[in-house]
Amino acid sequence: MNSTRPILEDDLHAYVDGVLDATRRAEVQAYLDSHADSAARVAAYIRQKAALQAALAGVAQEPIPPELSLRHLVEGRRPRHAVPWRMAVAAVVLLAIGAAGGWSMRGPVSGALIQSGIMGLAQEAAYTYDVYSTDQSHPVEFKAADKTQLVEWISSRLQRSIAVPDLSASGYRFMGGRLVATPHGPAGLLMYDNDQGVRLAMLVRPMTVDKTARMTEHSAGAVNGYAWAEKGVGYSLVGVASADTLHPLANEIRHQMEQKV
Amino acid sequence: MAVLMDLRMSDMARLIEPLIPALRRYARALVGDAAAADDLVQDCLERTISRWHQRRDDGDTRAWTFTILHNLAISRLRQRSRRGRHIELDDAEEAAMAQPAAQEDGLRETDIMAAVNRLPEDQRCVLLLISVEELSYADAARVLDVPIGTVMSRLARARERLRQLMQDESLVATPRPRLRSVK
Repeated sequence: MNSTRPILEDDLHAYVDGVLDATRRAEVQAYLDSHADSAARVAAYIRQKAALQAALAGVAQEPIPPELSLRHLVEGRRPRHAVPWRMAVAAVVLLAIGAAGGWSMRGPVSGALIQSGIMGLAQEAAYTYDVYSTDQSHPVEFKAADKTQLVEWISSRLQRSIAVPDLSASGYRFMGGRLVATPHGPAGLLMYDNDQGVRLAMLVRPMTVDKTARMTEHSAGAVNGYAWAEKGVGYSLVGVASADTLHPLANEIRHQMEQKV
Repeated sequence: MAVLMDLRMSDMARLIEPLIPALRRYARALVGDAAAADDLVQDCLERTISRWHQRRDDGDTRAWTFTILHNLAISRLRQRSRRGRHIELDDAEEAAMAQPAAQEDGLRETDIMAAVNRLPEDQRCVLLLISVEELSYADAARVLDVPIGTVMSRLARARERLRQLMQDESLVATPRPRLRSVK
């Protein structure tokens, strides 16, 4: 016989799984032909594999339920287990507390709960909008009249000079704003409204992921938005308004911010 | 922007949609009942969508998606073992009905799944990923975040243990003469 490499247990399994090249396969076959115990074991493993596949084949052939339709999921609608906004906000706050307290999860799952990059920003904007835009008594902490103080406050906490976009040409007045907490640190929230009482909000914060990102449309329930990032600062304009309304406003803000920076 | 979303969607749909049946199968095999398994797959798909830009390349998508599902399934199993197993009545019936019909020849399907469930979790995962999902050893190592050598030794132990369990099963199944009392 040729001086073949000794047969390893790994080779027997690779034989069962059909992943050996032709030469090695022939060597393993020759070994099995002369070793009845190993041959019986390998035969049992092959039957076992076929039986496992047969036992589970039905699952893969079932029609896929609507909850698992990619299109539905991309549209951000969860037919089951819809998380009410306020619970979602509470979850974000708790996660933020957890992160601040040094608690973290290991493994690839971590970070999935708190989205990063532009998607995270979009999510935070939607959460904050949902809380403050519906607040009748204190939608903002600093009113438009105190714009200078507000800008100083936000700029000092974000360590970035932040400007307030002017949307009056589109009929949106600056209402004021506040500093808000996100899982990625402080962010500035600027609010606007028009004569019909439609409120929009812009969330702005420094970005560590997606320092520069193209403008992306996002939506969560009735809240639509556009998010983008430039020179390490992320912006998301959100509101219960159509994309047709928001998109030109977002472009206008981006344009104004480019002029300022 | 809607166009951008559509492009992203079609790219994702092309790569992810064909994996959904296999993801459901792996989840069902690991956690048992259909509803809990599909919940896991739903979570997995949501994470896949939201982290789509983080994947490395097309070839990696299957291992990457299985990694997400595997980690979700494992934390679910750990949670369940901490809390004790709890099955809703409806789910229990559904799960029972979902059991495939027994085959007459050789290993019966219900038997083999019962035997698989008796394997330690780490062996069960390797066995399912390789024997059923037919992941390469390297991809299984990636999903489980262990060296290939560990995958191989777990696979060997899982197959051998399952063989023994099935043998015991067939011994139990064959009627044996009762002991007769001797005067």
